[in-house]
Amino acid sequence: MIAELGLALLWIAAALACLSLVAGTIYLRGGQKDLAALVRPTSVAQGVLTALAFALLIALFVRSDMSVELVARNSNSLKPMLFKVAGAWGNHEGSMLLWLTILGISGALVAIFEKRLREDTLIATLAAQAALSLGFFAFLIFSSNPFKRLPVAPPDGQGLNPLLQDPGLAFHPPTLYVGYVGLSVAFSFAVGALITREIGPAFARAMRPWVLGSWIFLTLGITAGSYWAYYELGWGGWWFWDPVENVSLIPWLAGAALLHSVAVTATRNALRAWTVMLAVIGFSMSMVGTFIVRSGLLTSVHSFAVDPERGTFLLALMAIYIGGALTLFALRAGTVAEGKKFALLSREGSLVINNLLLTTILALVLLGTLYPIVAEALGEKISVGPPYYNKVAGPLALILCLVMVAGPLLAWRKDDGQKLWARLPMAVFAGALVLVLLVIFGGRIGILPLLGMTVAGVVAVASLAPLWGRNLRRTPLPTWGMVIAHFGVAVALAGMGAESAFIKERLVAAAPGDTIKVAGYEVLFKGVRPVAGPNYTAIEGTLIATSGGASHVLKPESRMFPGLMGTAPTETNEAALLTRPGGQLYVVLGQPVAGADGADRYQLRLWWKPLVWWIWLGGALIALGAALSMLGRAQLLTLWRARRARKDRDRWK
Amino acid sequence: MKAKHQRLILALVALAGVAGAGVLGASALRDEAAYFRTPQEIRAGKAVVGEPMRLGGMVAAGSIERQADGVTIRFVATDGKASVPVQFTGIVPDLFAEESGMVADGRMRADGTFVADRILAKHDERYMPPQMGEMPKGLAKAAPQG
Repeated sequence: MIAELGLALLWIAAALACLSLVAGTIYLRGGQKDLAALVRPTSVAQGVLTALAFALLIALFVRSDMSVELVARNSNSLKPMLFKVAGAWGNHEGSMLLWLTILGISGALVAIFEKRLREDTLIATLAAQAALSLGFFAFLIFSSNPFKRLPVAPPDGQGLNPLLQDPGLAFHPPTLYVGYVGLSVAFSFAVGALITREIGPAFARAMRPWVLGSWIFLTLGITAGSYWAYYELGWGGWWFWDPVENVSLIPWLAGAALLHSVAVTATRNALRAWTVMLAVIGFSMSMVGTFIVRSGLLTSVHSFAVDPERGTFLLALMAIYIGGALTLFALRAGTVAEGKKFALLSREGSLVINNLLLTTILALVLLGTLYPIVAEALGEKISVGPPYYNKVAGPLALILCLVMVAGPLLAWRKDDGQKLWARLPMAVFAGALVLVLLVIFGGRIGILPLLGMTVAGVVAVASLAPLWGRNLRRTPLPTWGMVIAHFGVAVALAGMGAESAFIKERLVAAAPGDTIKVAGYEVLFKGVRPVAGPNYTAIEGTLIATSGGASHVLKPESRMFPGLMGTAPTETNEAALLTRPGGQLYVVLGQPVAGADGADRYQLRLWWKPLVWWIWLGGALIALGAALSMLGRAQLLTLWRARRARKDRDRWK
Repeated sequence: MKAKHQRLILALVALAGVAGAGVLGASALRDEAAYFRTPQEIRAGKAVVGEPMRLGGMVAAGSIERQADGVTIRFVATDGKASVPVQFTGIVPDLFAEESGMVADGRMRADGTFVADRILAKHDERYMPPQMGEMPKGLAKAAPQG
C-alpha cells in the first residue's frame, strides 16, 4: 500500500503544481484577481505532499519492502539502519524524488515567509517555481518512478554500493541537493521579476537571503563531499576535478558571483540586469549538472545508471527552462532601468571584477567538463584532468583572492587609490613575511602552492581589516559574515598550498614488526587481524605512530562486502587518520603480499599531509560567514530583538 | 560619463573577459587534454611516447605479476584484439582484478610498456565506464542491469 500511496501523492502534488501555474498565469494576465489567493496555499500543499511521498519512500527502505524494485536493487535487510535510510537517496530515482522534494519545499517556504516582495512578483515567482516542479514531476513519474513494484518480490535485495555505505553519504547528497535546488528560488525570483518588470533594490533585498541560504548548503555539501572522498576512496586527495565534483562547483561559482552582485543591486541599485542574468545562470548550471550526472554520459561512481531515454528527457526539460528564461531575459533586458553610476575604483568596481573572474572560472570549468563529451560525440575520446584545471583556474582564483583583499576596504561609488594603499600595509607585510619564510625554509615548492600560501597570508590579515577600529559589539552581522567567510577562504587556501607543497608519502610492503619513517613519525606496523562488521568482514591493521614521545594507534581496514543476490563481492579501503594540529597522518592498508620466505607482508601507504584539515575548516568558515550574513539580511535577529524589547516593555507595565 | 556608456564599457569588458577565457581554455585544453586509448589503438601507433593519456581495457587472465618490492605490479591490458603491458607502483583499487575492467592514467614508455600513475577499476556491477561498453561482449563480464 505504501508504494501506491506514494505514487498517488506524487500525482496529486503534480496536479497542485499545475493548479498554481494556471491560477498564477491567469492572475498575471489580468484575469480573475481572486485567483491569486489560490497560489500560495497550493504551493505550500504541493511541497508538503512531495515531502510526504519522499518520507514514504524512506519508510519502504526502512521496512525493506523488496516488492518495490528500487528497494530490491539498492537495499538489503541486513544493512545497518542508517544506510537503509540513506539508501533511499543513494540511487537515481530516489535522488530525483529528493530533488523534487527540495524544489517543492523551497516553493512552500517562499510562499510562507516571503513578505517583502510585491504581490504580483511573488505570484509570478511561485508560478515559475510550480512550472519547474511540473517538468520534474513528469520526469519522475514517467521515466524514473521510484515506487515501481516488481511482479515477484525477491527474497532479499542487492544491497547498496559499499563505497556509499558511509555516514558521509547520509549527509553529503542531501546537503548538496538543498544548495543545488535551492538556487531554483533565485531562478524563479528572476523569472518573476522579469515578468512583472520589478527589478530593483527591493527585489534584490528580497532575493538575497534565499541566495545566501542555498549557497551555504552548497558550500557545506562540497566541503563534506571533499572530505568524504578524501577518507573514503583511500586515494588521499581532497579534490580530483572529477566531472561530478565540477558540476557541484559550477553552481557554487555562479552562486558566489550572484551573492556578490545582488549586494550591489540591493545596496546601490546597479548591475540589475546582470544580477537577474546570474540568478538564471545559477539554477541553469544546477540543471546542466543534473543532466550530466543523471544521463549517464560520465564515468563516475555518481552515475548510477546509463539510460538514454532519461538523458533525452532531462535534456528537453533543460532546453525548455533555460531557453525560456533566457528568451524572457532577452525580451525584457532592454526595459530594465539604468543602474546607478560608479567609478572603477570603488566597492562596485571590485565586485564587478569579482563577478567577471568568477564567471570566467565557471566558463573554463564548464568547458573542461563538457569538452570530453562533445569530443566523444565527434569520435575522439579525451579526458581532461587536473593539469588543465589547475592551469586555468589556479591563477584566476589567486587574482580573485587579491581582488578580495581590496574590495571590502573600498568605499561604495568612488574611492581613492592612495587611501586604499594606506589601509593595506599590514596585509602586504604579512604576505611578504610568508613569502620570505617559504623561500628561505620551504625548499623546492611549486609556483602555485607558493603563491597560494602567500596570497593566503595577505587575505587572512586583510579580511580582518573591516573590523579594525570598530566597536565589535555594534558591528552588523553581515559585516561579521563577510569577514569570517573571507578569512575562511584564506584558511582553505593555506591548507591547499601547504598540503600540495609539503606532502610526504611512503609506499611500502611491510611485515609485522617493521617500522616506517614518514615526516618525523616512526610508525610501527604491529600486524593485522580479521574483524567482522554488520554486513562485511575486514582485515584490520594496527600501527603505532610515535613522534616526540607521544604514541597514537592507527587502525586502517580493508573491508570485503559479500555479493548479495547475484552481485559480485566488493572490497573497500577504510583509511586511518591521525589528526594533529600540524596536519594529518593518513594510512591505507593495501593487499597482502606473499613473501619469498613465506612470511606475509602487507602493502601500506602512509601520507603526512600538513595543514590538510584547514581546507575543510576554511569551507566551514565560509559557510558560517554566509550564515551570519543571511541571518543579518533576513532580519530574523531584528524581529527577535523587537519582540524582546516588546516583552521588556510589557514587563514594566 | 553617462550611465549608458558605463554599461557599454562593462559589457565590452565582460566580452573581452569571456574571449580571453576562451583562448586560455582552448590553449590549455590543447596542452593538457589526455586521450583515451584502447590497446588496439596503441598497437596501431596512435600513442605518442611520454604524452599523458588514459588507457582502458580488461586485465588479461593470469597476467598480474607482483614485483619483489611488494608494491609494484605488472599486468597486461587487453581489449580482445591487442594487448599492452602495464606497470604500476602503488595500491591498486579495491575492485582491480583479473578479467575485469580498468582505466589507467599514465604514459607510454619507449619500450612499449604503459606506466600508470593511477588505476581506476569499475566501481560495482552497475557502474561501467562508457568506453568499456564498446568492448567485445565476452570480455566485459558485467552482470546484466538490474
